[in-house]
Amino acid sequence: MKHLLSTKNLTRDQAIEILDTADRMADVGQQSVKKLPALRGRTVVNLFFEDSTRTRISFETAAKRLSADVINFSAKGSSVSKGESLKDTAQTLMAMEADAVVIRHGASGAPQQLATTGWIDAAVLNAGDGKHEHPTQALLDAMTLREHRSKLAGTATTGTGLDGMHVVIAGDILHSRVARSNMWLLNTLGARVTFVAPPTLLPVGVEHWPARIVFDLDQALAQNPDAVMLLRVQRERMHAAFFPSEAEYARWWGLTPERLAALDAAGATTAIMHPGPMNRGLEISSVAADSPRSTVLRQVANGVSVRMACLYLLLTGDNSAAQVL
Amino acid sequence: MSEYVENPTQGGPQSAGGLSRRILAAADIDRALTRIAHEILESNRGAQDLVLLGIPRRGYPLAQRLATKLASIDSFDPATSLGQLDVTMYRDDLRRNPSRVPWPTVMPQRGIDDSTVVLVDDVLSSGRTIRAALDALTELGRPGVVRLAVLVDRGHRELPIRADFVGKNLPTAAREKVKVRLTEIDGCPQDADAVDEVVIVG
Amino acid sequence: MSQDPQQATAVDTGSWLVCQANVLGETVTDLLIVDGVITQMGTELSDENATVIDASHQIALPGLVDIHTHLREPGREDAETVETGTRAAAKGGYTAVFAMANSNPVADTAGVVEQVWGLGRAAGWTQVQPIGAVTVGLEGKNLSEIGAMAESRAQVRVFSDDGKCVHDPLLMRRALEYVKTFDGVVAQHAQEPRLTEDAQMNEGSVSADLGLAGWPAVAEESIIARDVLLAQHVGSRVHICHLSTKGSVELVRWAKQRGIDVTAEVTPHHLLLTDELVRTFDPVFKVNPPLRTDEDVAAVRAAVADGTIDVVGTDHAPHPREDKECEWSCAAMGMTGLETALSVVHHTLVETGAISWRDVARIMSQTPAQIGRLEGQGRPLEVGEPANIVLFDPAAVTTVDPEKHASKGRNSPYKGLTLPGSVRATFFKGHPVVLDGELMRPHPAAR
Repeated sequence: MKHLLSTKNLTRDQAIEILDTADRMADVGQQSVKKLPALRGRTVVNLFFEDSTRTRISFETAAKRLSADVINFSAKGSSVSKGESLKDTAQTLMAMEADAVVIRHGASGAPQQLATTGWIDAAVLNAGDGKHEHPTQALLDAMTLREHRSKLAGTATTGTGLDGMHVVIAGDILHSRVARSNMWLLNTLGARVTFVAPPTLLPVGVEHWPARIVFDLDQALAQNPDAVMLLRVQRERMHAAFFPSEAEYARWWGLTPERLAALDAAGATTAIMHPGPMNRGLEISSVAADSPRSTVLRQVANGVSVRMACLYLLLTGDNSAAQVL
Repeated sequence: MSEYVENPTQGGPQSAGGLSRRILAAADIDRALTRIAHEILESNRGAQDLVLLGIPRRGYPLAQRLATKLASIDSFDPATSLGQLDVTMYRDDLRRNPSRVPWPTVMPQRGIDDSTVVLVDDVLSSGRTIRAALDALTELGRPGVVRLAVLVDRGHRELPIRADFVGKNLPTAAREKVKVRLTEIDGCPQDADAVDEVVIVG
Repeated sequence: MSQDPQQATAVDTGSWLVCQANVLGETVTDLLIVDGVITQMGTELSDENATVIDASHQIALPGLVDIHTHLREPGREDAETVETGTRAAAKGGYTAVFAMANSNPVADTAGVVEQVWGLGRAAGWTQVQPIGAVTVGLEGKNLSEIGAMAESRAQVRVFSDDGKCVHDPLLMRRALEYVKTFDGVVAQHAQEPRLTEDAQMNEGSVSADLGLAGWPAVAEESIIARDVLLAQHVGSRVHICHLSTKGSVELVRWAKQRGIDVTAEVTPHHLLLTDELVRTFDPVFKVNPPLRTDEDVAAVRAAVADGTIDVVGTDHAPHPREDKECEWSCAAMGMTGLETALSVVHHTLVETGAISWRDVARIMSQTPAQIGRLEGQGRPLEVGEPANIVLFDPAAVTTVDPEKHASKGRNSPYKGLTLPGSVRATFFKGHPVVLDGELMRPHPAAR
């Protein structure tokens, strides 16, 4: 494994290898010394063309727990606005002898370009590109789902997929890289995916995706899925006529207190997930966000473990037979 | 004791065509562990403050077996004093070998501070695994004494490290491989005698 | 006029004997060219003053005419100039190109079109016929000086805002009406702007996967539907640039059945490439209209075969390296095409049996010249006709290397691809601007 660009091309074995490694990394978080020497002397660059303090901090923590040197390179606006090109930035990082580049970019495909153009020789880790993919988010969600099931069933997580699980993902599918990465990975790991969204926020071509599409959140929740994941809705979408009003969005596609109560009444074991940051009162009500079902904070913690696992697996081992994921 | 057998099926492609020489059979392994158990108790003057940490993969089942023997001889409690120490993340060859998924590290319930920790591994060779284990140990606590028990010492040390308890000293050529097979990992439990063995391949 | 002493004789007499050429893939014959005109055809011709060109096993076609070329000059000489663009055209077998109006300044006045026309004459590699903008600055608000351009020395007959759509229906109606004055035509870039805001690629299953904003087929088709109805209503003719979808084919077919005076063009790349290539995120595949699906490719090929699509136009759109060496969403749209068009048509339409070489002459020379009312081009290969001729070796095999292209643009989507056939010679008004596949000298009348 040389790069992590998407979940679409991740095999089941590779995904489970990452998740098992992440479980071990989580153990380290419990130790008094939360640090491993595995990446001592290696340089990880966080190259962020978009602001995302949460994701950057998560990667930074992960790299530091593995003893890597971390350089934060905030390049917001510099490329897209025709300043320094992605190529020049990449070559600058290569001159600095970066071993891994964690890239967040507003343009779909930028990480893949970095990995395939030969501009840089480092491992490339996609930390979210445009509306394309966000593989570590999907992996941390899978880790959270594995934990959720193992806690309920009292079984071990190691070596297992998500076979037979049902995950409802609700919200702005059209603009969501989280939805895409989750869909591919959940399918690879044997889970079933249902997308719930207003038709305006589903892409054309969605019928080719391995996901069931419904417009009615109540109908999807009535099946007592193992988890419901709410996607952040950008408020500015409303002005582009994707939906008429915030109130209507919340009423039809938000996890309202009423819908939470219905889950409780049905005795469902549904976990409530959100990639953050949340719009309380829009896609998720406060009472849902703060309920015991919520795994939001577990997701944040698992994010560090998953990113440690990815950095560890990308930066160790013999990559002469490089593989692009 | 050393007999020539056909290449065992588990040998796989890396030992293709080579003959393997069995060095220890199941009964030999059991006798060696019994002896090591006695030696540990002797050097520690009993089971007090004794902790066993097996190094995955095959060091851990050996540690389990030792723990059972210690418990039968003295007042050793495997439930609180047996653990597993993974050293993957502390290795110095992470960039040379294929990435591997780390094994869990399981600390014994009683902790390791001020205890006598006996590290248990199957084969001692370069000493690099034990170097990594010592590093890992320092981040988990501060034992009073650290000892090392191995089933086989095959030589070829690259670091100033030696074992305190050795099942069998086995002079080998560098090109030879020492393989340890244990029922817990390599076989089905009903068939213990058939699986446990130490062989030299190549 | 500069002259190479060794070629002085041939240039002065302008006598060339092309032997054993397979005219339109139908008749093997010799052609004698004297002073820019085909003077004799037949077997075993001889002329002791003529330079003999062995054209055995080569297809002879009338010089190609590209109804849709971006020469970039004036304004983007870093991307292409009239000189480099027409060199590329000559190497591709073209003896005339229509230069699109989206230069800087925009070709919306007689001054700019005369400049481009003059640069073409001075270069001497191929005829350059400017296209005028429909609206001032391509802004879609006010009609440009259409009449002045039509009566300028450039004699502009084709008007287009290509790159942008004339989306205002009333303005489009007026333009269609106005060009009737001089038998002109409006060439529409069919793209409904609101439906394609920030569009990056074809809207479909690939755009769904990649999370790139989609350019839906309906944005093209709705404009075509509107414009053929407008053309019918005002009794004018309309040309559809770079038609790319199956639905567009059906609309044009319907319009032609109703007797509407519409012509349609397809690019070589839409005959061969699909949006699956976008998965590479290599901006060389970013183009407007975007690469579509297999189904669309099959539909446009069939439409060329049955005559629904009238011409192949390259939409040759060179870009400097830096405009393509960037993120997909920042990259410029467009591909080069002049030097590969005939091979792509050979590969996609002739080798597949969809059309004959006679059809190639029709769609790449005769009809484009007729649409643009360009005299002296697109003529049959007959005695007395102007000697605009391309000789094409269909059996040659070429691996496309953009670094070797005469165009300044290196943005060929066929890079590394092996395509059949090779242009061996191009005669422009009786003068070989290309021989043995290499550029020679410009036409002696130039400069």
